Amino acid sequence: MEIDKITQGVLNVIDNGTFKQEGAYNLRYNGQPLCHGDSEHIKIKSKTDKNGIDVYIDGNTKGEQVHIPVVVTASGMTDIVYNDFYIADGADVVIVAGCGIHNAGCDNARHDGIHSFHVGKGANVRYEEKHYGEGDGTGERILNPVTKIYMEEDSVFTLDTAQIKGVDSSVRETEITMGAGAKLFVTERLMTHDHQNAVSNMEIQMNGEGSSAKIASRSVAKGQSSQTFHPKAIGNAACHAHVQCDSIIMDKAEVCSIPEINARHIDASIIHEAAIGRINNEQLIKLRTLGMTEEEAEAVIVDAFLD
Amino acid sequence: MLQVKNLSYEVIENGQKLKIIDDISFDVADGELLVITGPNGGGKSTMASLLMGIKPQTAGQIILDGEDITNYDIDHRAKAGLGFAFQQPPRFKGMTVKHLIQLSSGGELSEDESCQLLSNVGLCAREYLERQVDASLSGGEMKRIEIATAFSKPHKLCIFDEPEAGIDLWSFSMLVQQFEEIHKAKKESIIIISHQERIIQMADRIMVIRDGRIQQMGTKEEVMPMLLEDDGDAGCKYMKH
Repeated sequence: MEIDKITQGVLNVIDNGTFKQEGAYNLRYNGQPLCHGDSEHIKIKSKTDKNGIDVYIDGNTKGEQVHIPVVVTASGMTDIVYNDFYIADGADVVIVAGCGIHNAGCDNARHDGIHSFHVGKGANVRYEEKHYGEGDGTGERILNPVTKIYMEEDSVFTLDTAQIKGVDSSVRETEITMGAGAKLFVTERLMTHDHQNAVSNMEIQMNGEGSSAKIASRSVAKGQSSQTFHPKAIGNAACHAHVQCDSIIMDKAEVCSIPEINARHIDASIIHEAAIGRINNEQLIKLRTLGMTEEEAEAVIVDAFLD
Repeated sequence: MLQVKNLSYEVIENGQKLKIIDDISFDVADGELLVITGPNGGGKSTMASLLMGIKPQTAGQIILDGEDITNYDIDHRAKAGLGFAFQQPPRFKGMTVKHLIQLSSGGELSEDESCQLLSNVGLCAREYLERQVDASLSGGEMKRIEIATAFSKPHKLCIFDEPEAGIDLWSFSMLVQQFEEIHKAKKESIIIISHQERIIQMADRIMVIRDGRIQQMGTKEEVMPMLLEDDGDAGCKYMKH
């Protein structure tokens, strides 16, 4: 299937330039599945009752990748998609699910990706999600992801999300339920600029004994943008969680971090750290002594912080 | 060659002008190692900051290899050939040691070259390359990485502000060796702010700054006797052995 230049450009950003029509993949374009493929261990089925796909990852999957990018280029479109992932016991898989909007029109373009992950015992999943907006239209680029993760015993889930730039409005809802011995690693990176607005709500229910979660959120707010973080870790069993939110605030932006930790078991150990601040002047000076202008130094600091 | 002419730095404190650096002039020849020492609060680090443009001079002139850099800002002075190693280097969340060294070198360094720079300052190189330059590193590790960044490319003149502070004796010996090698090669001029006798002993010339003025400047033979004096009035009990 031939992919047009704009779509390919967006894919290069959201899929690290690695998207290929081979192995297990599904490219969704302007609300329709454009092309898809299965592999020996990963099967993708279109839903019959609503938009979206079911992805079945069998227990013999070892280190394989499945790419399910979404591109919206139609101004005025609202695309809602339901993707469900069934990861069998012992599987080891990387899921790459970027979403990009190119809006050259005056109407809003919106994508709501509602994803659920059913992670079997001992399975190891890495889920990468990049959100990106571009286009010179006046219409907004809106992304509202919902991610639900159900982790069985001794499973490992690494959630790596990044909102790179160009997304005018985003409300992210993440719910995670963890069984015994399950391990969760979340890295959330977010950049907002101009008048953009981003909200990220996350609730982690640690129900199983020995479960652990490490959440690291890093964000940069520029211009007159605003961000709100509300991570909530609930320990219902002997468990351990560490939640860390760091934000760099610039210009006239606003960042609000609302940590919530809730221990409902005597052996639940939950830590939260949050910091919001401007770029440190000493960092700027150090990089300027290496020959960078203030603007170059600022860009290096922001890029490294979000990398 | 660096020429510093009538350099001054004043601040206003409680409505009064306070001279932190008061009309200081000196030269540093090509390949020369100048150690600046003196009591705490005497103006040594301020002098280093003035040379790099981190603080703006109130008066005076700074000339590097015939180029008047007095009105250059920090990055222009760096491009003109000045290097600087901070006494307390800043941390960068998210930035790896490897990335910082690459930025400092101003070009592409191979992994082996980056490792060598770290080894030269006493760090077990490879295990540090992917570490972040953040609070996970100790003060001593930060300091050694800072010095490695200063060594990552040649400068016309490089300024080290108390390089010995916060590092262990073994690393300090390696550091002294590094300074000796650079000094021997005579490829760049070095200014080191230091209280350490071993570093002071390496100097071609020593400058003693006290109360913002040059108290004494000369060769080791000329200055060391004063530094070794135990006379409280001379205020010279600030050298560490």
